[in-house]
Amino acid sequence: MSAPAIELRDLVFSWPTGPTVLDIARLDVARGEKVFLRGASGSGKSTLLGIVGGVLRPSQGSIRVLGTELANLRPGARDRFRGDHIGFIFQMFNLIPYLSVLDNVLLPVRFTPRRGAAFAAAGALPDEARRLLVALGLHDPALQNRAVTELSIGQQQRVAAARALLGSPELIIADEPTSSLDYDARADFLQLLMQECARSSATLLFVSHDTSLGSLFDRSVSLREINRAAPPAGVAA
Amino acid sequence: MSVLPLAMRSLWNRRGTALLTIFSIAVSVSLLLGVQKMRVAARDSFANTVSGVHLIVGARSGPLNLLLYSIFRVGDATANVSWASYQKIARHPDVEWTIPISLGDSHRGFRVVGSNADYFAHYQYGGDRTLAFAQGKPFGDLFDVVLGAEVARQLGYQLGDEIIVAHGLGRVSFSQHKDKPFRVAGILAATGTPVDRSVHVSLEAISAIHLDWQNGAQPAPWARIGAAQARQANLTPDSITAFLVRMKEPALIFTMERSINQYRGEPLSAVIPGVALTQLWDLVGIADTALTIVAGFVVLAGLLGMLTAILTTLNERRREMAIMRSMGARPAHIFSLLMAEAGTLALLGVLAGVALTFALLAIAAPLIAQRYGIFIQPGGLSGMDLSLLAGIVVVALLLGAYPAWRGYRNTLSDGLSMRV
Repeated sequence: MSAPAIELRDLVFSWPTGPTVLDIARLDVARGEKVFLRGASGSGKSTLLGIVGGVLRPSQGSIRVLGTELANLRPGARDRFRGDHIGFIFQMFNLIPYLSVLDNVLLPVRFTPRRGAAFAAAGALPDEARRLLVALGLHDPALQNRAVTELSIGQQQRVAAARALLGSPELIIADEPTSSLDYDARADFLQLLMQECARSSATLLFVSHDTSLGSLFDRSVSLREINRAAPPAGVAA
Repeated sequence: MSVLPLAMRSLWNRRGTALLTIFSIAVSVSLLLGVQKMRVAARDSFANTVSGVHLIVGARSGPLNLLLYSIFRVGDATANVSWASYQKIARHPDVEWTIPISLGDSHRGFRVVGSNADYFAHYQYGGDRTLAFAQGKPFGDLFDVVLGAEVARQLGYQLGDEIIVAHGLGRVSFSQHKDKPFRVAGILAATGTPVDRSVHVSLEAISAIHLDWQNGAQPAPWARIGAAQARQANLTPDSITAFLVRMKEPALIFTMERSINQYRGEPLSAVIPGVALTQLWDLVGIADTALTIVAGFVVLAGLLGMLTAILTTLNERRREMAIMRSMGARPAHIFSLLMAEAGTLALLGVLAGVALTFALLAIAAPLIAQRYGIFIQPGGLSGMDLSLLAGIVVVALLLGAYPAWRGYRNTLSDGLSMRV
């Protein structure tokens, strides 16, 4: 339990036929830390999240998440690791359109049973899902069985957050989850997300280009500064 | 964890397209099953055209020709069998019964069959069915006629109607036996055999209408013999076209067959109906094989429709796949999700097709039996049907593997990146 959430060393990633996208000497995130990762599009942000999430494999270097070296895991094992230990929230369209709100929140369990094992054993998984929905501000019980397409974007992001938090994964990765929200909703959402992360002592890696949010976090990291392969500022990739 | 419920929900979300896909598979499956059912029924009906007969005897010719003109009433005999030879064989102690058949005339395109009371007493088809009268009775008077079901239906004849028999077999004949009209005495129930398309008269009537004919030509007006005079004449026929034989013991069939084929009195041929029927089916069976192949291609077209329906959703679902990947779904999950969709569509299509087939058969079978005399066994699915259906699902899964593989490739290249 003492291993850091993320430990990244001398990591290089390049596409088989393309240029080097990432070249990061070092990035550490401690357990329970709330880190703001600042990165514009084209800064290698998606690639970095893909590597931390175990979808992509670094070309060189080491990426340890919760003490596990992902670079050494086989693809299937990385998928399982991601499902078991990491919750993702994306910018928008996070939900499966043909599932109800509740089923969307419960979806990760279909792929990685371990994720909800503690609750599932007690038969209390749907209760936990409902608790999370309420904790994230979706109080109306009727909402839970509604089609997700009827929800506002703000509501959809809360459902996505509840899903990422289900089963208390150790690491939450949020990729611009607030960019499609207005300012008030943004602060509100962030506050509830942080509350729940604290409650399950999850580590939060929050990626955004919106620097105004940076002050709410324990620490702020600029991807452009640590990524030696990033194009110089002002050049769109 | 099973992705099957997910596949179901996904299909339900696209239920409009999914239902159409299922329906198109169902229609093609029921076509295939229908063809199978009809094929079996037609084959049975064909093999059951005549039963209980051990030998068909006619003037020397090939077995197919003999079978065709004596049973199916197609084509012509090359020569006749003399009445004396017929009598000799008919009275043989090993022979149980015979049915004489005299052909050569027609009525508005339907063959006229001359025979006697034994025809109605002994003619069997469909295993052990004997001829039944829908109306009336066998011929009592010289100029009585008994119509097959199809003849009466097509020409709209009732009991008591008068009909004129034409000489020769053309639908439009210029030489008609106008001087000797017949009266409809009976109408047979449908049998699904060529009997339905036959006009039956007595052997004596055949003699009577040809009494004044010379060498197959219409008599000159002064040489004509009227109907009343004909009744007085000796009407024992000189010859018949063919006859059907039943032996007292099946073991005697081959001895009789051999002795008829070697008969010294005149050149005769005897064939065993089953043997000749098999030969004939080998010939016409090609048509129903072709029909089955066509039905098979229709099923393939239905499945290709399914393939298209799944493929068109792939791009708009890349995002959904990426979301699932972020939750730990392996590419294998995505693959099996898409396979489950193909499998579900095919399975539902097949089940609906089976239901559709039985529903249609329940409606159509009585009509077909009544109209064509072909009896379709309602029954369940034969082993052949079941293996065809299983084959359809397997082919559907093989086809479904293509979009599944495409989806798999997409998720590998997309990763978590969200394409909208």
